[in-house]
Amino acid sequence: MMLEIRGLTKHFGGIRAVDGVDLHLGEGELVGLIGPNGSGKTTVFNLVTGIYRADAGSVTLKGENLVGLPPHRINRLGVARTFQNIRLFRNLTVMDNVRIAHHSHLGYGPVAALCRTGRFYNGEKELNGIVEVFLSIFSLQNRKNDIAGSLSYGDQRKLEIARALASKPEVLLLDEPAAGMNPYEVGRLMEFILAIRDRFRISILLIEHQMRLVMGICERLAVMDFGQVIARGLPSEIRENRKVIEAYLGEDVAIE
Amino acid sequence: MEYFLQQVINGLQIGFVYALIALGYTMVYGIVRLINFAHGDVFMIGAFIGLYAVERYQWPLTAVFVSAVVGCTILAVLIEQLAYRPLRHAPKIASLITAIGVSLFLEYFTSLRQVFGPNFYSFPRPFAVVSWNWHGILVTNIQAVIFFVTVFCLLLLQFIVFRTKMGRAMRAVSFDYVTAGLMGVNVNMVISFTFGLGAALAGVGGVLYGIAYPQVNTFMGFMPGLKAFTAAVLGGIGNIPGAVLGALIMGQSETMVSAYVSSAYRDGIAFVILILVLLWKPTGILGTPRTEKV
Amino acid sequence: MRLLRNLIKTFVAYAFLAGSISLLAGGGVVNPYWVQILELACIVAISAQGLNIIYGHTGLFSLGHAAFYGIGAYTAAYLMKMYGGQSQAAFLAALLAGGGAAAAVACLIGLPTLRLTSDYLGIATLGFGIIMKVVFDSADRFLPELGGARGMTGIAKMTTVPWVVFFLLASLLVVRNMIHSSYGRAILSIREDEIAAETMGIDTFQYKMVGFVTGCTFAGVAGGLYAHLYAFLHPSNFDFFKSIDILVIVVLGGLGNMSGTLVASFGWIFLLEGLRVVLPPGYVELRWVLIPVLLIVTMLLRPQGIFGTREFPFLRGKVYR
Repeated sequence: MMLEIRGLTKHFGGIRAVDGVDLHLGEGELVGLIGPNGSGKTTVFNLVTGIYRADAGSVTLKGENLVGLPPHRINRLGVARTFQNIRLFRNLTVMDNVRIAHHSHLGYGPVAALCRTGRFYNGEKELNGIVEVFLSIFSLQNRKNDIAGSLSYGDQRKLEIARALASKPEVLLLDEPAAGMNPYEVGRLMEFILAIRDRFRISILLIEHQMRLVMGICERLAVMDFGQVIARGLPSEIRENRKVIEAYLGEDVAIE
Repeated sequence: MEYFLQQVINGLQIGFVYALIALGYTMVYGIVRLINFAHGDVFMIGAFIGLYAVERYQWPLTAVFVSAVVGCTILAVLIEQLAYRPLRHAPKIASLITAIGVSLFLEYFTSLRQVFGPNFYSFPRPFAVVSWNWHGILVTNIQAVIFFVTVFCLLLLQFIVFRTKMGRAMRAVSFDYVTAGLMGVNVNMVISFTFGLGAALAGVGGVLYGIAYPQVNTFMGFMPGLKAFTAAVLGGIGNIPGAVLGALIMGQSETMVSAYVSSAYRDGIAFVILILVLLWKPTGILGTPRTEKV
Repeated sequence: MRLLRNLIKTFVAYAFLAGSISLLAGGGVVNPYWVQILELACIVAISAQGLNIIYGHTGLFSLGHAAFYGIGAYTAAYLMKMYGGQSQAAFLAALLAGGGAAAAVACLIGLPTLRLTSDYLGIATLGFGIIMKVVFDSADRFLPELGGARGMTGIAKMTTVPWVVFFLLASLLVVRNMIHSSYGRAILSIREDEIAAETMGIDTFQYKMVGFVTGCTFAGVAGGLYAHLYAFLHPSNFDFFKSIDILVIVVLGGLGNMSGTLVASFGWIFLLEGLRVVLPPGYVELRWVLIPVLLIVTMLLRPQGIFGTREFPFLRGKVYR
């Protein structure tokens, strides 16, 4: 098992934002996490990546505990993510955004950097190659010297995924990757997500509201409402699930 | 014991003056997130207006306070409109540097011989000083005036902030000025009003300071300003009771250090306490912790 | 090979700069007063590059930079006075010790306070600056040689053009090489978005410490040079206004802009001294009336600093193939 979440719980004041969530992600799996706004999906991501500390429950990556570790350690162990409200390094170039994510795998030390020894130049060259690889996946290589904040919304979302990949994760958490994209872009994004999963052999957990994307590429789905997982199963099963329909549309509508 | 209680009284005296200045810092910061470095100098102007009103024109005490309040309010509103408003959407640091510029300008411009002059001027007592001895503890009518005037100002401020339409608008703008603007609050007006209100309190503080420590100078606003700001941060910046609490703590601590350790360390102790408090509660004693939405 | 080539290039630049200024000064072309101002400008530029790392690059709001400048100055001056005599080697050691002392204190202060955010960090460092001023004022109580509020005298005049140019060039090289490396980009990422940086594997606390301590070290070395320039130290040389001076320079130059910081340092010092010369006698006090006005107008017209994001060619980042 790649990522395993058991009994995950987080309170904010009196509110149980996440209430005993169990989730698991197998190797190479692509799982969708869906649910109405405010149902606690993003909080699950924040708990897994160490931005918030869980009140109870466990999170393990290949059997190794993640709860209580700072976010940078969790990233180095192999979990990377994107953010719902895009958090790029806005004033830096596209290239720098990707290079920063690769910092933990750097090939030269601080002394080499200060003295600009051969190792430094080689290391920088190597970094350029990595940048090229990740940017070309998303056809962003022509924008590499542009300031990240100047990219279009859709390109910024893609750059965030490229940046996350550059930190060499085994588990990738995507938080609403298709938000604000038009149907054509969503179609392309679906291809990208499948392609990177296969190319880098990573497991992906994604939060999304666009049903076309979720139903189209996810192998399994988990549905959250009021901090709990109310249903799980294959996309086709979830589509027919009464509880899910109620959660999304309200009880009255669901009774037909 | 008498000595200790005497120090408590002295500490309250300076603490109340700090409180009047600290309120201006805290309200302005609460609304525009600007450390208004010029605020201490507005306090200084208040003291000088008081000096002129008492010495040259020999106005009654009420008129002295009113003139300082009016003068400081006008000055602060002018500063806000000319120097800060154009920078409201610029990086925050630009406003901060501008505030420092305004502060330096006020200090050095008024210290020109043609304006107030560079010397220390003694502040004449506007009334005869009477002191009461209560079991060996000396309380003067100056301290009584400081106490009553400050409490009156605090009650008035409480009324304005929580019982008037303008107060509600201030609280709304401080919570979220974009949304407040969309809801029909005249944000510019509220910001000007806040600057003016803070300056009015600083003006009162300036006159009280002049009466209590009867000497004024155009650079006198710097240290009290800095300490009052520190007091505001200590109590939780943006929080009105916090500013008063912080100011009282600051007044006590520095009086106690002067009395029991050495007056050489007086200016340092306030900041030692500040740093310790921030390490314990990063947003001040009464400040609400801020969590960033991810 | 590239290392060797870089070394030669740096040495030639150094020899040219230090040599030509020394020649002009020695030949009487530039009068000694202005040479001293130039030396001061270089020293201020070193300290300003330090604050530029702390605030401009790492995004840590520090209002107490002068305290570290002072720690370096008093440490170096004390060591030289007690043990150094007139020796150049001892001077170098004293300067490095000054930087080291500033770095050590920066570590102690940084460990607890760098967890604070923006304005709170600013006010905590401001507080630290005021505390250090009080310490300098009463320093003679524990070390009489430091002079306390009366000022410290008997410091050798060791600071010369070659020394200041050497350290200025060194500081520029350190900042440039650091910022245009992966370590520097890690530092920049904290300024940009701390949470994103953390989730991308950057130990933000560690790199905040790196930025803060490096910047304070620069201030410490600059302080040592300053102590041996005028041979006199007074606590008022390290008060809140001196911290503000450096902050103004960094903001005027454009936050995070090395070239801007360099130019603004020279501009600021020459403006201060130039006004002293230009203003008719009896009007010198107008200096501090004009400067704030100039400052306010500059901020209103160019809130992003004079230089914005442009850098001199030798300070730019390059892509290596």
